[in-house]
Amino acid sequence: MRHIISILLENEPGALSRVVGLFSQRNYNIETLNVAPTEDPSLSRLTVTTIGDDRVIEQITKHLNKLIDVVKLVDLTEGNHIERELMLVKVKALGAARDEVKRTVDIFRAQIVDVTPSLYTVQITGDAAKLDAFLQAMAPVGILEVARTGVSGIARGDKVLSL
Amino acid sequence: MELLSGADMIARFLKDEGVEYIYGYPGGAALHIYDALFRQDDVKHILVRHEQAATHAADGYARASGKPGVVLVTSGPGATNAVTGIATAYMDSIPMVVLCGQVMSHLIGDDAFQETDIVGVTRPIVKHSFSIRHPSEIPEVLKKAFYLASTGRPGPVVVDIPKDMTAPTERYEYVYPKKVKLRSYNPVTRGHTGQIKKAVELMLKAKRPVFYTGGGVVTGCASEGLTDLVKKLGFPITTTLMGIGAYPQSDKQCLGWLGMHGSYESNMAMHHADLIIAIGARFDDRVTNNTSKFCPTAKIIHVDVDPSSVSKTVRADVPIVGPAGSVIDEMISLVQGRTVENAGALTEWWEKIDGWRGEREGKLYEPSKTGEALKPQEVVEAVCRVTRGEAFVTTDVGQHQMFAAQYYKFDKPNRLITSGGLGTMGFGFPAAMGVKMSYPDDDVVCITGEGSFQMMMQELSTCKQYGVGVKIVNLNNQSLGMVRQWQDLNYKSRHAHSYMESLPDFHMLIEAYGFTAITVTTKEELAPALERAFADKHELVFLDIKVDPFEHVYPMQVPLGAMRDMLLSKTERT
Ligand SMILES: Cc1ncc(C[n+]2csc(CCOP(=O)(O)OP(=O)(O)O)c2C)c(N)n1
Ligand SMILES: [Mg+2]
Repeated sequence: MRHIISILLENEPGALSRVVGLFSQRNYNIETLNVAPTEDPSLSRLTVTTIGDDRVIEQITKHLNKLIDVVKLVDLTEGNHIERELMLVKVKALGAARDEVKRTVDIFRAQIVDVTPSLYTVQITGDAAKLDAFLQAMAPVGILEVARTGVSGIARGDKVLSL
Repeated sequence: MELLSGADMIARFLKDEGVEYIYGYPGGAALHIYDALFRQDDVKHILVRHEQAATHAADGYARASGKPGVVLVTSGPGATNAVTGIATAYMDSIPMVVLCGQVMSHLIGDDAFQETDIVGVTRPIVKHSFSIRHPSEIPEVLKKAFYLASTGRPGPVVVDIPKDMTAPTERYEYVYPKKVKLRSYNPVTRGHTGQIKKAVELMLKAKRPVFYTGGGVVTGCASEGLTDLVKKLGFPITTTLMGIGAYPQSDKQCLGWLGMHGSYESNMAMHHADLIIAIGARFDDRVTNNTSKFCPTAKIIHVDVDPSSVSKTVRADVPIVGPAGSVIDEMISLVQGRTVENAGALTEWWEKIDGWRGEREGKLYEPSKTGEALKPQEVVEAVCRVTRGEAFVTTDVGQHQMFAAQYYKFDKPNRLITSGGLGTMGFGFPAAMGVKMSYPDDDVVCITGEGSFQMMMQELSTCKQYGVGVKIVNLNNQSLGMVRQWQDLNYKSRHAHSYMESLPDFHMLIEAYGFTAITVTTKEELAPALERAFADKHELVFLDIKVDPFEHVYPMQVPLGAMRDMLLSKTERT
């Protein structure tokens, strides 16, 4: 099963490499990875999506927790949560396809953020499945470039990941 | 307020931390630190002859004394030479602090002379690592390093120290930090009481229980409690290689150690058990054999201080995360005044176990007859006799290691000092030096093989310099015996590169360093040679003992089988 694990990490040099290294060292897989500072300058928030059965996920969270730089973590997929990813896509937009692309962009509630005579740059946010669906819809038109941030997420309701 | 340079802070911190010995080797990036060590007498620096030996010596010291071993090496090749020893300590959870010189901060990343990203290189084999970024942080970082290395599940910590951090011209305030706090590191101090109660209920109801205990009991200093608990319950106990001696092996409740080359009765008891009480052991593949066939009828209680060890390879029915010592103490108080519910079943269980014991009695190996080559097993038994089973025994890796563990009988923890997890040839001799330094008046024996000894024999020179009186028992089978055994079993005896051609004349080699060597080729020579070798506890003596090169280590678990699937000799199997 796919899991989204969010980690509060010490903002120390080398901390990220310990997390990433753990995954390769123990043969765990990383689907997406997203890191950025938080409101607390001493902490970064890192979100990783990974695939594994319960035993593997249990080991992943235990080993992550063992890293001295990992201050706290949560497996968001254990509860209700909001998952978001942002993607920028350059798609061909010539002739009849130009209107078709515009329509699809609207259907997906995406936005065209840059335009040239031959292409559109589209920005879209949503969960990973929505982004995948958009790419599939655009494939016949011609995708020129894709930039995805990787998944970020947060628990629904009152639950808060903080110190 | 005291102002000290970074280098002086290091020397001073080590003193304030109570460090007795530091094992190291100098070089450019570490020279300010060496100068600071030169100007003090509190911490004794031991100059090894290879940085790998520094780590193994510190490791041996740590295992014997329970205190963290301390290593100092220079950048680049000094640090990379230490890597094998760091990995060895990591695999066996040994507390160690490794101080590495580094090129000056402004040169980092430029491929400067003797620059290696040692924090990067060692990342997967350390508990944690630090890079010093300002001299003023040295006391706190070092305190954190010692704290991390020695608490929770212990392990090695690397501290990378760029040369400019130790410059004699820059001085900062020094205060010894008595305490440190790490917000993300809070090792558990006790197990979950509800879980412990549940475990005890299972224990009292068990019909065929076995204790299976490991290195965690040794490092957790819990062997007294363990002995008490096991005796109270009257259950059989088997230990891992790392756990040997945590329960006295001479006691009849002890079945010896288990796993690939463990005793027949241990492996049989594990396989047939209905309850396994694992404490400070990690269900390593050298113990479990094929996990899908592992102990098919047993419920499993697993106590470990490291949550990631629990249910890693074998799922625990009652997981307990906590240090062996406090969990065992809690178990003892719960057992107090209660009796096992199935005394009859337990008696039957013991009958079964005694039956297995009886099956192998007197058949473990065939002693040599007059005129035949000595058997390595009988040599180990003779070493055990001459040292009354009280020596510290370090080993290298190979057949001799298994024979040492099988035929020397240990009644105390920390007495068998061996590289269990990584299986590092070259470990034994430098580790013995470290042990001897923490126990100068005890017998310290390194049981080695001619292959392993040649990996670290330069340390004879270190022993010369510091008068380290260890005994070296070289079980010389003129081959990489363990490799050869596998080739006999799996490659139709095609002995690819397992024959040690052109062995040195060990006698002359040892004498060249000014030590005594004794060569033993016959059974008659053995006892007098051992008497002579162990006459003076402070003299280094090397025994070159020619043993049967064709001997195999048995029992040996059959690969991919269950615990009980074993070869028992060259011709018998279960
Ligand atoms: C550094 C290292 N290299 C290789 C091995 C693989 N290995 C395991 S046992 C062994 C043979 C050891 O020979 P020796 O020290 O003579 O011991 P014996 O088995 O003959 O008693 C080898 C090569 C190892 N464990 N460590
Ligand atoms: Mg050999």
